[in-house]
Amino acid sequence: MARRAPPQVESTGECTILLRFGEHIERWCNDRVHAAVRALQSPPIRGIVELVPAYASLAVHYDPSEWIDANIDQSPAEQIASALLDRLANSFDDDDGTTARLVEIPVCYDAELGEDLVESSRMLGIGVDELIARHVDGNYRVAMLGFAPGFPYLLGLDPGLHLPRRSQPRLRVPAGSVAIGGAQTGIYPTTLPGGWNLIGRSPLRLFDTTRKPPQLVTAGDRVRFVSITREQFDALARDSD
Amino acid sequence: MSILVVKPGMLTSVQDSGRIGMASLGVGYSGPMDSTLFRLAQALAGNSAEMAALEVTINGPVLRFNVGCCFALTGDFARPKIDGVAVGCWRPLTIEGGAELDCGRLRSGVRGYVSIAGGLAVEPVMGSRATDLNAGIGPNNGRALQAGDVLPMAATPRLSASRSNWSLDPLPWFDTDASRPIHCIAGRHRDALDAESINTLERDEFRIDVDSNRVGIRLGGPTLRLREPLELVSEPVNFGTIQLPPGGQPIVLMAEHPTMGGYPRIAQIAAIDLGRFAQRRPGERVRFAWLSVEQAQARYLAQQRELATLIRAIGERL
Repeated sequence: MARRAPPQVESTGECTILLRFGEHIERWCNDRVHAAVRALQSPPIRGIVELVPAYASLAVHYDPSEWIDANIDQSPAEQIASALLDRLANSFDDDDGTTARLVEIPVCYDAELGEDLVESSRMLGIGVDELIARHVDGNYRVAMLGFAPGFPYLLGLDPGLHLPRRSQPRLRVPAGSVAIGGAQTGIYPTTLPGGWNLIGRSPLRLFDTTRKPPQLVTAGDRVRFVSITREQFDALARDSD
Repeated sequence: MSILVVKPGMLTSVQDSGRIGMASLGVGYSGPMDSTLFRLAQALAGNSAEMAALEVTINGPVLRFNVGCCFALTGDFARPKIDGVAVGCWRPLTIEGGAELDCGRLRSGVRGYVSIAGGLAVEPVMGSRATDLNAGIGPNNGRALQAGDVLPMAATPRLSASRSNWSLDPLPWFDTDASRPIHCIAGRHRDALDAESINTLERDEFRIDVDSNRVGIRLGGPTLRLREPLELVSEPVNFGTIQLPPGGQPIVLMAEHPTMGGYPRIAQIAAIDLGRFAQRRPGERVRFAWLSVEQAQARYLAQQRELATLIRAIGERL
């Protein structure tokens, strides 16, 4: 799909329209998703309940009863689809995310906290220090949150660090684990099952239902990892308890 | 003012109308599996749909009330009893302080609802009292009720509620006739199925698999195949989305589904039939019938209008 073409529109249910900007995990495509979120948020469009951004698509949940008009010979689904496309056609948001909020996340790249660190460097054929340096060097973008509450999928992993998922997923990946799965990297917000390769751990709690807001990073944010020592990790982990 | 859980039943959880507005954080809606029966229970107890009630699974709980109040049951409870005396479903009921409600088992269907007038005053989590058992979010750290749990009640408005003996006709709102098809909308990847699988999906019978829960309901019976494998990027999915994992056994995403899914989406269960589908028991048959999005939306809006009219009428009789 051309980079300026209007998105594909699909009604995935009575109350949901999916806008699709591409078919692959690509930075420009995810930029368009987040630009569309901004364009559709303000001013608000009648009946929209919630916007859910993903890698290459955006779900718009709406209340169809807000779009019943006896004088219009179109279903609510058709009417809201037109309203969404009109809004996007008249929005000229070319922000590629450089002005998005930057969140720095301290990570201890330690063989004890990142159980697969040594094995990962062996599989990649590079030293542990180089793996860490290249992971820290990345300019990441939170493409979307999903899989579990607060789990950020990050775009921007060095192509030299792509690693296949583990053949045997772990039943319990510790909260804060920083991991690589395929071409993606992410942080486990809570203790979860998972099959990605664990290369380090952050002492921060990425998601906490008792906090307001519960999430530390949100879709569209920029992320940088900051390498910390084991002593710093232990001190920060104590503070966040 | 509280309710003691004497016996929890098979799987009883606190639910409200759902944790809406947090899907962009990866937090799903959760809420009732059969939202129609949930709303009717709430109406019969004089509550609005946003309040918290209990969802019961196959075997209901035993609850001891420390103050008297009004409540209601919807679902096919076989023999609900207060201190050993049989009571009816689908109508407003009252219970005295100190008395015990034994909900008993469901004769048919999977889910039933216990709604207490004024609602349950459990602490909301991220703006909702819905329990997401899979994500571990909600009252009691997101778990099902256990014996000994104490559920705080909100101030009960009145105990007097109707001593009349009317009750609601469960039809058409609760209908477990498995010969009636479940309506669906074709999904984006329906046409990626091979010709035989499209035929199977449109005409054949599936069976509800035992390995089903509030996250998803697996469909046993025929397996489906794609013409060729698809490499898909994860996209937002809905309550009622039918996905096809590589094994070929379709899975229907239910109330606690993850917000994103990467499997082919072959269909979407129409909202008008989602509650009815959720009531099918493991081993029961399912056959699908097909609607366009516009037809499904028109029928959904009509159903919502009828339900709102009924709920208003119930309110006037309380």
